[in-house]
Amino acid sequence: MPPSFQETVRTPNGRLRGRIGLSHLLFLAIASIPFAARAARVGDVVETSVWTQAVRFLTLSDPSVRYALLGAVLIGVSTGLLGSFIVVRRMAMAGDALSHAVLPGVALGFLWNMSKDPMAIFVGATLAGLLGTAFVSWITSTTRIKEDAALGMVLAGFFSVGLCLMSMIQGLPTGNKSGINSFIFGQAAAIGPSDLKLMAIVTVGALLGVGLFYRQLLVTSFDPGFARASGLPVRWVHHGLMLFLAFAVVIALQAVGVVLVSALLIIPAATAYLLTDRMHRMLAIAVAAGVAAGVAGSFVSFLAPALPTGPFIVLASASLFSAAFLFSPRQGLLLRWWHQRSRNARVARENTLKAIYHLSEAHGFKGEGALVRELAERRRSTLEEELVRIRGLVAAGWATLSDDRAVVYPTPAGWQRGSEIVRNHRLWELYLTNAAQISPDHVHEDAEKIEHVLGEELVRELERRLQFATVDPHGKAIPAIGDIRGSAPSRGDTTIGFRRSGP
Amino acid sequence: MNNTVPLPTPHTPGPAPTDDIPLEVHDLTVAYQKKPVLWGIDLVVPAGKLIGIIGPNGAGKSTLIKAILGQVPVSAGWVKVFGEPLKKNLRRIGYVPQRESVDWDFPVNVLDVVIMGRYGRLGLFQRPRREDVDIARACLDQVKMLPFANRQISNLSGGQQQRVFLARALAQEADLYFMDEPFAGVDAATESAIIGLLQELKSRGKTLMVVHHDLSTAKEYFDMLLLLNMRVVSFGPTEQVFNNELLQKTYGGRLTILTDVAEAVKQQS
Ligand SMILES: Nc1ncnc2c1ncn2[C@@H]1O[C@H](COP(=O)(O)OP(=O)(O)OP(=O)(O)O)[C@@H](O)[C@H]1O
Ligand SMILES: [Mg+2]
Repeated sequence: MPPSFQETVRTPNGRLRGRIGLSHLLFLAIASIPFAARAARVGDVVETSVWTQAVRFLTLSDPSVRYALLGAVLIGVSTGLLGSFIVVRRMAMAGDALSHAVLPGVALGFLWNMSKDPMAIFVGATLAGLLGTAFVSWITSTTRIKEDAALGMVLAGFFSVGLCLMSMIQGLPTGNKSGINSFIFGQAAAIGPSDLKLMAIVTVGALLGVGLFYRQLLVTSFDPGFARASGLPVRWVHHGLMLFLAFAVVIALQAVGVVLVSALLIIPAATAYLLTDRMHRMLAIAVAAGVAAGVAGSFVSFLAPALPTGPFIVLASASLFSAAFLFSPRQGLLLRWWHQRSRNARVARENTLKAIYHLSEAHGFKGEGALVRELAERRRSTLEEELVRIRGLVAAGWATLSDDRAVVYPTPAGWQRGSEIVRNHRLWELYLTNAAQISPDHVHEDAEKIEHVLGEELVRELERRLQFATVDPHGKAIPAIGDIRGSAPSRGDTTIGFRRSGP
Repeated sequence: MNNTVPLPTPHTPGPAPTDDIPLEVHDLTVAYQKKPVLWGIDLVVPAGKLIGIIGPNGAGKSTLIKAILGQVPVSAGWVKVFGEPLKKNLRRIGYVPQRESVDWDFPVNVLDVVIMGRYGRLGLFQRPRREDVDIARACLDQVKMLPFANRQISNLSGGQQQRVFLARALAQEADLYFMDEPFAGVDAATESAIIGLLQELKSRGKTLMVVHHDLSTAKEYFDMLLLLNMRVVSFGPTEQVFNNELLQKTYGGRLTILTDVAEAVKQQS
């Protein structure tokens, strides 16, 4: 298993920690592709171009396409709903175990009357899944073996039994064995009207169940002890959830396959979990992600008929997860990186404006602009570095640069911003020394950071607390709001630092 | 902070009608995987009292509360709440679990959690009403957490999380409260605010059983103390129970024999 991915998935703020073995699922998804050649085909279409296939899919002219799509939607809804609860209850592994445990039931359901009768397979698979789950509780409650180990054993044990039965079915001399293999990796195009009927019943049931018992599901998931103390039927809710989980897994088998169906429970829900922090929105987003992945996966696998559906649906939902991981407004890597970057750039610009103010102050606010050379000397940087920074200011509309690149003139807005930063800095220093009794030589570093984050409200509050003081702890004047706003250009008859027309 | 010298307990003469006894525990025994952790607990808890449950780590304080609330299987004994089996009076019970017992990354906000306190009063399919939301907000206000109503719960400090749990219990509008370490991780100012709140509940006739770890404040906070270490060492008015001898008995080594026996019981079966 590639541990690096698991690590990155968990880092944003650790919310997914311990919940989901995503790397496990992705590994399965990728590992299953080589099997594709041997696995059942999507549709019985042979030798058609990608284009004609795409047209067939998009026009929905083919009934098998319509069935596959409707199936993908129904599966997306039911797995999204139930998967969300699985994820927030930290039961991802239980979902995985349950979905593998259904395989012997599928085989037995087939053996029941030697055909791919949806009802027999549904019943067999559900029973096998629930039996596996019951086995896990039995092992954990009667021995000291912990749940993770019990789940692992039951998962592998039931799955092996299933594989043996499957290969036995393959070896049978008679019977219509076609399509039984599609239960391993999924074949959306094999979905028929009677499958759809079952899917619709389960999905509507799941929607009703979650809709009617949302409260109970929410509180028993969050705090089962409290739920029980308030008289809610924690145990029944849990059993009901597991039952519908088994149903959702079983109806998804045909399209996604035993191996990967748990991914459909977990990945859309995990995606939603990155995007929101309210449960009802998580449900909606998980459903949307599940449906989108189902449709996209069926489409791709329809284009390349040699490939099974399951891996594509899972890859599609993994792509959605990656997108959320990178772009999520809350926890997305890219957005956080971008915010950090633009914040740093803004701070750098404000520091340059502040340096210009300081320079101007040192010259008694005489003269029009700041000499780039002096600015560089003051900040102990090279002329080139200083020019790069000044270009940042120019681009932001906060300064202009003389043609010979020797003098920088702040615009009125730039001057105002620079004065504000200086004022924030000095106010904060004053506040720290006065109110927090920190010695004046300790306050500069802190003020360097705080000056960029103080908003108007806070500044006014600070000014009030400091009784509108005008001098900072180092004896320098604090630029007053009046100076910064409106009457900014001059203090008395002195020009303070920005370009006027004429020399 | 209010002055908290406990008033002398007025003893009710004669046997009180059962409904006046918020909690009665008889010969309660609890075992985890056959290992007994509570032995023959007997309690008769009077109404309108603020009661501290005190004992060392692993003494079974949390287990006692869970057993009373029917959350862990009981090997022997029974519990009566307001003279009836627990199930009949769940609505009159409020509960503050230990803070670590839930996942604070759960996708709900502060108000959602407090509204959960109303769930026990709603019908099977009933949604929280306007009135329930108003009560939840009022309870948040009482613990000074109203400004945080729309915060996701993971963005709270430990003490704030504790106050959210307290608000949820207040929203239960119960008569008998169980609180498991409500002061854990709470600063001194919040602690005295919470104790003020508990005392106000008490003055309205509610009964509160509070697991507490700080012996230096126990005497000041509580009317009665339950000294617990696998069995009831002592239960009575604070001024009678809070003495060196009994504390020594609770925290000292003399009870290790019980632990040994418990271990033996476990080995046997
Ligand atoms: N779920 C459990 N399974 C097995 N043993 C448990 C379980 N919970 C608690 N115990 C054991 O029961 C005993 C009492 O635990 P309990 O949590 O009630 O103690 P406590 O008094 O609340 O301790 P603390 O002060 O640490 O909260 C301990 O010896 C503990 O190891
Ligand atoms: Mg405890």
